[in-house]
Amino acid sequence: MSWGLLRDVLSGVNKYSTVVGRIWLSVMFIFRVLIYVVAAERVWNDEQKEFTCNSRQVGCENVCFDHFFPVSHARLWALQLILVSTPSLLVVMHVGYREHREKKYKKKLYKDKGNIDGGLWWTYFFSLVFKTGVEFTFLFVLAWMYEGFIIPHLLKCEIKPCPNVVDCFVSRPTEKTIFLYCMVVSSAVCILLNICEMTYLIIKHCRNICEKRSIKQAKRLKCGCDSSELKQAQRKGLRNGTLRSSVSMCTL
Amino acid sequence: MNWGQLHLILGGVNRHSTSIGKIWLSVIFVFRIMILVVAAESVWGDEQSDFVCNTLQPGCKNVCYDQFFPMSHIRLWCLQVIFISTPALLVSLHVAYKQHEEKKCLEKRQGFLKKEEVDALRKQKMRIVGAFWWTYVTSIVFRILFETVFTYMLYFLYGGFQMARLVKCSASPCPNTVDCFISRPTEKTVFIIFMTVVSGVCGLLNVAELFYLLVKACVRQSHRRHHPHHLSRSREHQQNEMNELLSIDAKQKVALELSKTS
Repeated sequence: MSWGLLRDVLSGVNKYSTVVGRIWLSVMFIFRVLIYVVAAERVWNDEQKEFTCNSRQVGCENVCFDHFFPVSHARLWALQLILVSTPSLLVVMHVGYREHREKKYKKKLYKDKGNIDGGLWWTYFFSLVFKTGVEFTFLFVLAWMYEGFIIPHLLKCEIKPCPNVVDCFVSRPTEKTIFLYCMVVSSAVCILLNICEMTYLIIKHCRNICEKRSIKQAKRLKCGCDSSELKQAQRKGLRNGTLRSSVSMCTL
Repeated sequence: MNWGQLHLILGGVNRHSTSIGKIWLSVIFVFRIMILVVAAESVWGDEQSDFVCNTLQPGCKNVCYDQFFPMSHIRLWCLQVIFISTPALLVSLHVAYKQHEEKKCLEKRQGFLKKEEVDALRKQKMRIVGAFWWTYVTSIVFRILFETVFTYMLYFLYGGFQMARLVKCSASPCPNTVDCFISRPTEKTVFIIFMTVVSGVCGLLNVAELFYLLVKACVRQSHRRHHPHHLSRSREHQQNEMNELLSIDAKQKVALELSKTS
């Protein structure tokens, strides 16, 4: 499978991400996609060929393999990586939509098209929520389907046409368990990064709102300079670095 | 997708590395990743299919293979290369942060920057001083740590750096002690020794780079002690510049908000 296409598409997302978003992208490509491609895919390559059951009954191995591995780990991770990467495309599409609007009305509608404010903030936030949801869902599906994060070396199978309870042996269980842990831990790290990014966006948004409010208040004082309100605005201005503005406005 | 993405990231950091760092990067890509991709993977390709045990007992081969090869050498080396390359991310993050700050300062001083000026800023080499020195040294320490840990893991898992031809296995469901034969043991031993030696060389290069940076920092410190006036004058000058920029920034912000609402 060619992951280069995903990498090329997502490299465009980097421009419109926050700092935490860029760290998330690096973790994604280095710790997840790279490890998946160079290591995990190869380990799961011969999973069915080397799955052996202690029976000569024709079809017994096939049926037991299908019962214990309904969807291979490798395929689940490939799906997870694709679904987790695609919400970032929403952000790119929104920026594209802003560019289209500016071209349509032939004037500058946005100070900076890539700035995460207004509608783009909500798109970005929604993409983070969706990513986190997908990560949790896949972790749950993995844990539920395989009853934990350990791959046993021996499975007991009694599905027809196996004549009775037969022992079936999994190929490379220890190596697979190690990679399972690698992928689960990197998934958890990505979830943490998403939560940090959501918190960062919310705090930044609230700070912007507070700054705008304090500036509005200082402007209202321009018309009627009430001394106590002036002091309050001055105090707020000191905090936000707009002190000179409030003083100069009242001296006009 | 292959190792190209890693090469892109590390290539970006290369510009800001010392000469020893650049040699280290070449050794990583030529002697480790290329050898891994071109040679070692074909040698280890049939490791399980050609691992044979002297028994017809189903499952015995699987269990014995899993016991003697909990983690394949190839995967260990791939993980090792990935892990020792990641501290470079710290350096590239720091560089990106500094370049962003410089771009902001320049924009405040002279307004809109042309594309060529932005590109020139990106291509400028950063001096390894101050906070960047600490980031760089931390990345080298982590590299040395990962290198050592992985080499030790390889030694511990396989009881040395040699691949035996025959291993004796008595894990259930093998009926008794069975002889199991490993595929291409001599070729594998040659590659294991080669990769271990290259890993040692990379470790030594990292240690040398660390010493080089420490010595350089000590020389810089002693130079500062002998010429303190030069340093304090330059610090005062920097502080004055920052204060000027901050006051310009505050005035511009307010003027913009006023113009928006009026």
